[in-house]
Amino acid sequence: MIDEKFDAIVVGAGPSGNAAALVMAREGLNVLQIERGEYSGSKNVQGAILYADALEQIIPDFREDAPLERHVIEQRMWTMDDRSHTGMHYRSDDFNEDKPNRYTILRAQFDKWFSAKVREAGALLLCETTVTELVRDLKGKVIGVQTDRQGAPIMADIVVLAEGVNGLVGQRSGLREEVSPDSVALAVKEMHFLPREVVEARFNLKGNEGVVIEAMGTITKGMTGTGFLYTNEESISVGIGCIVSDMTESEVTPYELLDAFKKHPSIRPLLEGSECKEYAAHLIPEGGYNAIPKLHGDGWLVVGDAGQFVNAVHREGSNLAMTTGRLAAETVIELHRKREEMSEANLKRYLARLEDTFVMKDLKKYKGIPALLHGNKGNFFGTYPQLISQAMQTWFRVDGVDKKSKEKAIMKNFRETRTLRGMLGDAFKLARAWR
Amino acid sequence: MHIVVCIKQVPDSAQIRVHPVTNTIMRQGVPTIINPYDLFALEEALRLRDKFGGEVTVLTMGPPTAVESLRKALTFGADRAVLLTDRYFAGSDTLATSFALSMALKKIGAEFGDPAIIFTGKQTIDGDTAQVGPGIAKRLDRNQLTYVSKIVETDLVNRTITVERRAEGGVQVLQSRFPVLITMLEATNEMRRGSVENALKAARAEVVTWNAEAVGIEDLTQCGLRGSPTIVKKVFAPGGRTDEVQLVDNEGNPEARANALIDAIFARSPDVEKDLFDQAAHHF
Ligand SMILES: Cc1cc2nc3c(=O)[nH]c(=O)nc-3n(C[C@H](O)[C@H](O)[C@H](O)COP(=O)(O)OP(=O)(O)OC[C@H]3O[C@@H](n4cnc5c(N)ncnc54)[C@H](O)[C@@H]3O)c2cc1C
Repeated sequence: MIDEKFDAIVVGAGPSGNAAALVMAREGLNVLQIERGEYSGSKNVQGAILYADALEQIIPDFREDAPLERHVIEQRMWTMDDRSHTGMHYRSDDFNEDKPNRYTILRAQFDKWFSAKVREAGALLLCETTVTELVRDLKGKVIGVQTDRQGAPIMADIVVLAEGVNGLVGQRSGLREEVSPDSVALAVKEMHFLPREVVEARFNLKGNEGVVIEAMGTITKGMTGTGFLYTNEESISVGIGCIVSDMTESEVTPYELLDAFKKHPSIRPLLEGSECKEYAAHLIPEGGYNAIPKLHGDGWLVVGDAGQFVNAVHREGSNLAMTTGRLAAETVIELHRKREEMSEANLKRYLARLEDTFVMKDLKKYKGIPALLHGNKGNFFGTYPQLISQAMQTWFRVDGVDKKSKEKAIMKNFRETRTLRGMLGDAFKLARAWR
Repeated sequence: MHIVVCIKQVPDSAQIRVHPVTNTIMRQGVPTIINPYDLFALEEALRLRDKFGGEVTVLTMGPPTAVESLRKALTFGADRAVLLTDRYFAGSDTLATSFALSMALKKIGAEFGDPAIIFTGKQTIDGDTAQVGPGIAKRLDRNQLTYVSKIVETDLVNRTITVERRAEGGVQVLQSRFPVLITMLEATNEMRRGSVENALKAARAEVVTWNAEAVGIEDLTQCGLRGSPTIVKKVFAPGGRTDEVQLVDNEGNPEARANALIDAIFARSPDVEKDLFDQAAHHF
């Protein structure tokens, strides 16, 4: 046995693990962080939105040196059929503020930066090391981890599992069930290089301004999912994701989906002339509140994607990851200071902390949404987007038909495709799930 | 036995892109790795240490971020790491590099014991010159064994080492006395995976960091760009191949197929046709 015991071991160096390790190390705890990848961020998909607030709570002056790409000043929400999109765009000069609210980032670079902060705070980081198992004492309390490197287990008072969506360590150690295929999405994403000037001209941007497009509709071929496109400094991230069980049913490969999305007449011109630099696929937990596994026990806590902390409706993940990482760290620090045991009963305070924040409040608010969308995927991701497109087309095409008749035609189309009752029912269910 | 391994942090050449507009190499965001040849040298050094005892020191010259490769070398099991870094070293060619490294090696010898063996990789993948190893040997007045594919025997009593060296047309078996400098070829061994203890030690290790002054370099004109007579005249990306593959019908008898193939070639490159006919005419 390595004759040294850490105050805490953090498994994983994504946003949640980095947040947890940083906060604990900064308070003087002896922290060991273990990451399977070559460095923090090496296993993470590129191109993402960073929500400033969650990071600000941990590193208030992060804007000084974090590798940020663009701050988002415009959000485009699209519903698409095969040849059109209907959009709602919100662009505001208010987003050009001193401390912008959202940024596009490249995860590999961002995570590396975050990880450097963690080490500066005094945590020890082992990379290229995979935690294979949790080690327990005779009473079943988690007292350390075993890794894939030769040698004895490494001991700690508490193990924080920040291992991401698959949660293999937790699963293998019997802390949680295997993630169910209908509560995770598989997202594929590409980074397309484009000169800075082209990005700016194409999206009507100045300096470091950025745009985000989020899209749903026939692009997912009837499956539950969304497509997205973000502008980075000198590149564009484009991707699409669908619930895994839908993909297995439909036998459409993720690559085909992305390819079709990129060729969509509304997307293609945005990517024209670009060079694909990177391709990545990753899972996103989208089961919401009802899919959250057990989060604490004797000697262990779960944070980030491993705890299914993703708000799929708003596409927020890293902020929940950082917040849960911070709250777990604060719980551990409190117990450590008071010299209290890291027991299941004491660690319950982590849950209380979670309840108090947007994390649990939002997940609770939307807890009905995943099942609703998934159960009605044909309508929400096929029929309605098509109906909307057809309505727009009828409405905007000037062809001698009077507007009243157009209105009637649109309503008729809606009613015939999806009965009035069905539509009202969906609207009602959606409203209820949203509440 | 003290062994020093010189390593270099290089961009992972498999992941380098060329800027489509300016045609320059885009280093930004390209991951770095330890020069692959150096890893064979390091593993060989670790094996000798494990067998005969002693210490392995890794040395690199580079920007401060090169500390990452040193830490990785420590994770593999090296005992000590030295980073030679100074803005005066920026832009060094092989001459300036071997000068700076040889000065650092002298200091390593003075502080941690004279190394019996200095290892380097055969060459780096971002320069491909294979000059730095021999340059160091010359400056330190050591025997050098280059392009070594195997260490056959190490005799600590008589202080000799026997190696196989890949030479043009065959394999040479060479013996040298210590101290010696060895440049290792690829695929001579497989890098080990460090233990938990190695990894923890590496994560904690203080990397010895020296600048030009620390290693006793007084004449800065021998360093960096100023000390580098090599001039890079032009860097360019070879044009991509644009020709498409054309399949000749796989039917008919072999002669018909051969004719179809020749027709296809002639159609694509009339010059070839003309050339062949001219030559044929010449023969008759
Ligand atoms: C395509 C895509 C786009 C996304 N876009 C956004 C976005 O725009 N905005 C947003 O906020 N969120 C986004 N998300 C979600 C966000 O990426 C995640 O919520 C966030 O990364 C979760 O952080 P984490 O630290 O919990 O897990 P991860 O980031 O997955 O990190 C887990 C880490 O643990 C390591 N690890 C796993 N197992 C082990 C082990 N056994 N031993 C050692 N190390 C291990 C992994 O290598 C990894 O580095 C997106 C996700 C995807 C897939």
